[in-house]
Amino acid sequence: MHAYLKLDHIDKSFVRGGQTTEVLKDISLTIDQGEYVSIIGHSGCGKSTLLNLIAGLTQVTAGAVLLENREVNAPGPERAVVFQNHSLLPWLTVYENVKLAVDKVFSGKKSRTERHDWIMANLDLVQMAHARDKRPSEISGGMKQRVGIARALAMEPKILLLDEPFGALDALTRAHLQDSVMDIHARLKNTMIMITHDVDEAVLLSDRIVMMTNGPAARIGEVLAVDLPRPRKRLDLVSDSRYIAAREAVLRFLYERHRLVEAA
Amino acid sequence: MAVPVQKTDNVTSLPSPKASAKPAEIVTLPARKSEGNGKKVVDRLKGIAATTVPPLLVLGVLLLVWQISFARPGASLPAPSVIWAEAKDLILDPFFVMGPQDIGLGLRVLTSLERVAIGFGLAAVVGVLLGALVGQSIWATRGLDPIFQVLRTVPPLAWLPISLAAFRDANPSAIFVIFITAIWPIIINTAVGIRNIPQDYRNVAQVLRLNTFEFFFKIMVPSAAPYIFTGLRIGIGLSWLAIVAAEMLTGGVGIGFFIWDAWNSSKLSDIIVALLYIGVVGFALDRLVAAIGSLVTRGTSAS
Repeated sequence: MHAYLKLDHIDKSFVRGGQTTEVLKDISLTIDQGEYVSIIGHSGCGKSTLLNLIAGLTQVTAGAVLLENREVNAPGPERAVVFQNHSLLPWLTVYENVKLAVDKVFSGKKSRTERHDWIMANLDLVQMAHARDKRPSEISGGMKQRVGIARALAMEPKILLLDEPFGALDALTRAHLQDSVMDIHARLKNTMIMITHDVDEAVLLSDRIVMMTNGPAARIGEVLAVDLPRPRKRLDLVSDSRYIAAREAVLRFLYERHRLVEAA
Repeated sequence: MAVPVQKTDNVTSLPSPKASAKPAEIVTLPARKSEGNGKKVVDRLKGIAATTVPPLLVLGVLLLVWQISFARPGASLPAPSVIWAEAKDLILDPFFVMGPQDIGLGLRVLTSLERVAIGFGLAAVVGVLLGALVGQSIWATRGLDPIFQVLRTVPPLAWLPISLAAFRDANPSAIFVIFITAIWPIIINTAVGIRNIPQDYRNVAQVLRLNTFEFFFKIMVPSAAPYIFTGLRIGIGLSWLAIVAAEMLTGGVGIGFFIWDAWNSSKLSDIIVALLYIGVVGFALDRLVAAIGSLVTRGTSAS
């Protein structure tokens, strides 16, 4: 089975005022189609930078990102991003926000009514069809993030990139939304890469967890395969020994071997 | 278990001072609807009175003081009663036409407004485009911003001789003066608005691969709209300031020339009436742009 997405010896450094800062060093990773991969690490380790590299929003310094054996170095709708702070356009309604993406990606490929149906189908998928005419300021944070997910899914991406998608939400809303994402993943079988700093979230959602060492020049420390059958139920997992073991492995990595040095 | 009890205590005690205005409404409405509506009307009238009575009172006092100070014979300026007697037709009928140069002030204001509309309209279009360029491109900022900063300090009327020389006609010159006066705040505010577009919106545009044209209309303009309208509002105010001065020098049928003409024929009452017209129209223009602005940007302020 050849790799769907391949990160091939990626280095990333930023140059600011003549000073070069190495952020990522020699990142290599292959991700299969339909896989759910989480990237976890302490803040400042460059995990968001890694996601931006895959999205094409920033350029690699060395190495390459290969999607289906073709190099990607610019952003595009086949790698849709769910942003941490939802990034909905506040002057557009929920419907119009998704429409902006659908009209751009499917202009010429779908008729007007097909596009309308596709927008509504995606809003239905995240249970936000009832708020189609509301503006982002009129709905809650969790709802905004749902619309953000609907907008990303509506692009029919090969890979869905989620940048700490639940970071700004309260615990209950977060759990609810995690369940929704698991459900969507099970139904659509799309490839997802999620940045997170939440151990439970990573173990619950992922097929594999990529653990990053601390920066500067962060590397992939370990990759943990989460061997839990799907569909996963959060309550059943609480006492599951495999879940506990996976959780412990990630915690040990983060707080024993790669504890965040405050000076960094 | 002690903590939750304390919490509920807090919750019940907190809203009571805040809600003191609301319960009155909630209680009266279901009890007797007609009385509630009547009370509402009275409340609304009270609200209108609260905003209109103080300025009217102050206006009355000012007119009285003015009347008393300038009522003696040989006073340098006319008192309100004299103005009323001399310029009643100007006040009461803004749209009379007695001859080619003897027309109502309303018609004169409209001529001036037409010039402002053309000059300001051009300034709005060019200003937003230039502002977008300066806000978007670091090189455009470096090249153009110093020039803008110097040119924007040039007083409007200083442009008039050179535009008269260039256009060889009074009307386009006056329009050019409006244009050059109004454009600077529009450019500068638009540029600030464009620079303040959150990186998130730019990322969304990049992921969607919006082209320059789509980015301008779908992201830039709506996102920068509050700033753009601030610039437009300053610009319309400056235009109105400039048109009166420009018309004094270029002549024609505008309100500015009317003042100059009245001064030359010592009709001080006419000048004061014209000043009132200018003030009221300037106020209306400002409110108009502000209203359009709040209508257009109603979604952008909160996110």
